Amino acid sequence: MEEKNQKHLPWFGIGKILPYLGKVRKKILIMVFFGLVGSAMDIILPLFQRYALDYFVRGGVFDTLLMFTAAYLAVIGVAACSNYISCALATIIEMGVNRELRQKGFEHLQTLSFSYFNRNSVGYIHARLMSDTGRIGGLVSWTLVDGIWRISYLIGSIGVMLWMNWRLAGMVLLILPLLAVLFSVFQRRLIRVNREVREVNSRITSNFNEGITGAKTIKSLAIEEEIADRFTGETKTMRQKSVQASRLRGLFAGTMNFASSVALAIVLWKGGYIAAEQVGTFSVFMSYAEGMMEPLRWLVDIISDLITTQVNIERFTNLMAVKSDVVDTPSVVEKYGDTLNPKKENWEPIRGDIEFRDVTFHYPDGEENVLEHFSLKIPFGTHLAIVGETGAGKSTLVNLVCRFFEPTEGQILIDGRDARERSQLWLHSAIGYVLQTPHLFSGTIRENLLMGKEDATEEEIREAIRAVSAEGVIEHLDKGLDTDVGEGGDLLSTGEKQLISFARAVLADPRILILDEATASVDTMTEAKIQEAMERITVGRTCLMIAHRLSTVRNADLILVVQDGKIVEQGTHRELLGKKGYYYDLYTRQYEDEATAKILA
Amino acid sequence: MKTKEMKEKARQERVLLWRFLAGAKRYFAASLLAAGITALADMVNPQIIRAAVDCAIGGKEGDFPRFVMDFVNRLGGFAYLGEHLWMMALAIVAVALVQVAAQYIFRVNNAKGTETLVKTMRDRLFCHIEGLPYAWHMKNRTGDIIQRCTSDIDTIKSFVSEQMTSIFRIVILLVLSVSFMLSMHLRLTLVALAPIPLVIGYSLWFHGRVQAGFAECDENEGKLSAMAQENLTGVRVVRAFGRERAEIDRFRNQNDHYTSLWERMAKVLSRFWVTSDVLSGIQIMLVVIFGAVFCVGGSLSEGEYIAFIAYNAMLVWPVRQLGRMISELSKAGVSLDRIAYIMNSPLEQEDSEAEEAPLDGDIRFENVSFSYDGGAPMLKNISFTMKAGTTLGILGGTGSGKSTMMLLLDKLYDLGPEDGRITIGGRDIRKIKTEHLRRGIGMVLQEPFLFSRTIAENIGIASPDMEMEAIRSAARAAALDDTVTSFAQGYDTVVGERGVTLSGGQKQRLAIARMLTRETPIMIFDDSLSAVDTQTDAKIRAAISQRFGKASVILISHRITTLSAADRILVLDRGRIVEEGTHEELKSGGGIYQKIYETQTGIREEAM
Repeated sequence: MEEKNQKHLPWFGIGKILPYLGKVRKKILIMVFFGLVGSAMDIILPLFQRYALDYFVRGGVFDTLLMFTAAYLAVIGVAACSNYISCALATIIEMGVNRELRQKGFEHLQTLSFSYFNRNSVGYIHARLMSDTGRIGGLVSWTLVDGIWRISYLIGSIGVMLWMNWRLAGMVLLILPLLAVLFSVFQRRLIRVNREVREVNSRITSNFNEGITGAKTIKSLAIEEEIADRFTGETKTMRQKSVQASRLRGLFAGTMNFASSVALAIVLWKGGYIAAEQVGTFSVFMSYAEGMMEPLRWLVDIISDLITTQVNIERFTNLMAVKSDVVDTPSVVEKYGDTLNPKKENWEPIRGDIEFRDVTFHYPDGEENVLEHFSLKIPFGTHLAIVGETGAGKSTLVNLVCRFFEPTEGQILIDGRDARERSQLWLHSAIGYVLQTPHLFSGTIRENLLMGKEDATEEEIREAIRAVSAEGVIEHLDKGLDTDVGEGGDLLSTGEKQLISFARAVLADPRILILDEATASVDTMTEAKIQEAMERITVGRTCLMIAHRLSTVRNADLILVVQDGKIVEQGTHRELLGKKGYYYDLYTRQYEDEATAKILA
Repeated sequence: MKTKEMKEKARQERVLLWRFLAGAKRYFAASLLAAGITALADMVNPQIIRAAVDCAIGGKEGDFPRFVMDFVNRLGGFAYLGEHLWMMALAIVAVALVQVAAQYIFRVNNAKGTETLVKTMRDRLFCHIEGLPYAWHMKNRTGDIIQRCTSDIDTIKSFVSEQMTSIFRIVILLVLSVSFMLSMHLRLTLVALAPIPLVIGYSLWFHGRVQAGFAECDENEGKLSAMAQENLTGVRVVRAFGRERAEIDRFRNQNDHYTSLWERMAKVLSRFWVTSDVLSGIQIMLVVIFGAVFCVGGSLSEGEYIAFIAYNAMLVWPVRQLGRMISELSKAGVSLDRIAYIMNSPLEQEDSEAEEAPLDGDIRFENVSFSYDGGAPMLKNISFTMKAGTTLGILGGTGSGKSTMMLLLDKLYDLGPEDGRITIGGRDIRKIKTEHLRRGIGMVLQEPFLFSRTIAENIGIASPDMEMEAIRSAARAAALDDTVTSFAQGYDTVVGERGVTLSGGQKQRLAIARMLTRETPIMIFDDSLSAVDTQTDAKIRAAISQRFGKASVILISHRITTLSAADRILVLDRGRIVEEGTHEELKSGGGIYQKIYETQTGIREEAM
């Protein structure tokens, strides 16, 4: 899709990745040098055949055989060494470039603001980081070493031909302009066809995706046939396009092969007389003339590859060009340090007062203001609940308090000072965050808990686990705290993950706690445990809760009601019920569901 | 025992591949024939040069086959050709024409064969997957299935179109060039062939050994990729705990480790390339030296010597590839196996007596019991009758079996022969055509899937060629029209994976609109309005009953206000019907329904 409106970048965008090549620059030079040496050896090798024919065979003497063999072996040896170096280096450079791009990309992603993550799916970002970078390195190293090798071989063999017999060489070279015309005729079309094939192919992949992910819906609608028809329509186009592409490729390769035979014919026709005198020169001339076409054929393939890779380069550099919406000012960085090098000695302790002062906000990708001149004081210890339908935009306030986004206008004050006056990391290290879908990292439970507080003692860890009644979870496991939780914590159940993530938050002992309550159903026993743990960990902290459970909502000091992205009602539970508005409806519905579920259970 | 099973499996894989090759075989046959002709043409050029050097220019008698000599003599003999070298040059061009034509035919036919194969594989897989039972889709992970449909197909594609044809071409080239070499000089041929087994053997040994290294690289790439995935998914946690630094370090360690593995591989691989380079370089050198010796000795002519070197060059390079190709053959087997898993899963079964029976009759469950895959029973002896055109309400907790009942009615799960029966208009649904039945039952799943298309297309997907007005009218009935028109692109807004994300309630309403485009005689709302507020809920239901007064409607809900509109209500508990009756009867029946009724009205009163 993206390829359609691509611009043609100068040098296929390679210039854009030069800044990432710093570490391998020297290796590239060495690789190029040995590529040249290897190619020179390859040009020399046929000359041995010439010598054998012209000297040994015609002369009938073998007096120099020892020298000949020694020189031949020496050339093979030099070729082998230089090929070894350039090939090994090509792979090493390829992987080195990939590593550098991935690392830089990863580091950049750690600094991007949430607007980027909200706009782009994980799969999309992941592909930028892993697949696109993977293709660029190969281009840099292999195309370069191949290109050097082939082009110098071409130039070298033309040189040798000119040296041996410039007249004959001149005649063979006459076909080169012809090839240049052919080349330009085919090149453009080949590139276009190749691109079309790729586009159809990516459509097919997304069709597969849809047909498999949506299979249940497709079945219940009984529209399998329509979906399959659509699919086979695409595969039919794919077949047509691919065959068309290979016709074109076949035609081009054929013409090139034919041209190399014509070169051979020219040598025989115009150079046959040489054979009478120097049969060796004649035979070697033919192999050079034939070999000339190979680099040209390669050139077409490589241009097509370069164009494909240009897309990868563009995607990657676009990722790197994304600027974070939330940036600490230089003076803040100077005092508090940045994300990677914090100056913790300058950090003030945090109390936990939050204030929205005349805040107007719209999301960077939206036009409508979701907050307008909104003011609210949340003194330390306040429990604030935010309620509303799924997808209504309940996270907005949380996003602002965490400085995942900055207000469009107005200020957010932490302990009476504008949040922007201190670093993001300072704020984040004072905020605990418990997600509705608890996220653990692969590693042991202990490692996950230590994320909350790196230097926590064994006693503190035990304490935190007790505080959220997660002892049961740990006892269950063979290796206790050192049990591996698997990718994303998937070896544990949702309830267990939730409790561990609570313990992690407790260990961090944050002054401000953000709770994003789970909607997912867990069994009643776990539910009760989670509920109990939640009540315990919220004591003595400022709490912002994206709430689903009625008990959480009812006990909150203040409730904000969100509908279609905006705060529509605000007050305590009693006040809001009295209004009989949207909250009332939400609440009764929720109550019905909870009460009914309780009776039915 | 085990080898027998493996043999059987390998046989099945071959059968499957053979079936996929239907329609592609003739293209491959043509392409192989063309490859043979190309190889043969490759053999001719050195002979022309040899004739030119030895006979036309050198003036010797050549020992060419009779038909060649006849032809040359008719042209005027070698001496004449020596004075008119352009004629021999023309021969080269003529051979080149044949060769180029054959090569073109090879390429095109190979492409046709390959693309036909790929199309067949994709189409069959896709259609098979769409035809697999609902239960299969519940059981298998989508990511894994997609992987099988994409990268495994690619592996098989390159196996057939590249590896197989390459091996074929190499073997033909080998046989032909060796026989041409033999025809010229036996001893020199033996010299040329002596190192070949060494080259192939070394290559095979090496590639067999290096597999483990590749596997280790792949595994570590997987780890690195998973690490990135985890970081991106958990970006909020990373930020909230200020873990950026630690994450970067963790990523760097794995990134470096993975890269260092490849650096090691780079050296190993390059050593292999270079060793085989040296081996073949020495082989060529031996041919050059021994050829010269034989030439001087008089048993080999100059022309033959030149031709010999040309044949030898054709031999050496492909042979080096052979080892790698043979060692990679096993990959295709693994991929075929993974695809066979899908293709061997049984499709949904249709009773041979199934008909397109009318669906506007009474719906009856008769002693229906059911369990998923031999698990705990979900339904126990369910029996009830629902009169045509009435509304049935169902109330039940999680795991009470209410959704299972609906999946059974829609034949998304099949009832076993002993599990009782479900009838519509007196006809067992096993004897009703599945497609007809599902098209006649409008059902909104709890988690409806949206296609990556526009809203209009999503609504109209179940009823092709719908007028825009009809789509809008369905959307209006589902209380979706206002929301959609508030979007900048209205009904042309793309939703789904690559489009706008809709809220839970909006998704449900879209799914309802989709259902309403078909005027189905049976409609099922399985908690479909849970994310919609009470007023909208009522509005939608009013609109629906106005549109389809005659339809049989099943409402599954927790809300008494919703259920009270039903003509008859069932209360389900752990797979059994525990209460049954009208709203009036049940609300004072002293059972669960009454309790819930009182709680829910109590809330309203309390809240007032």
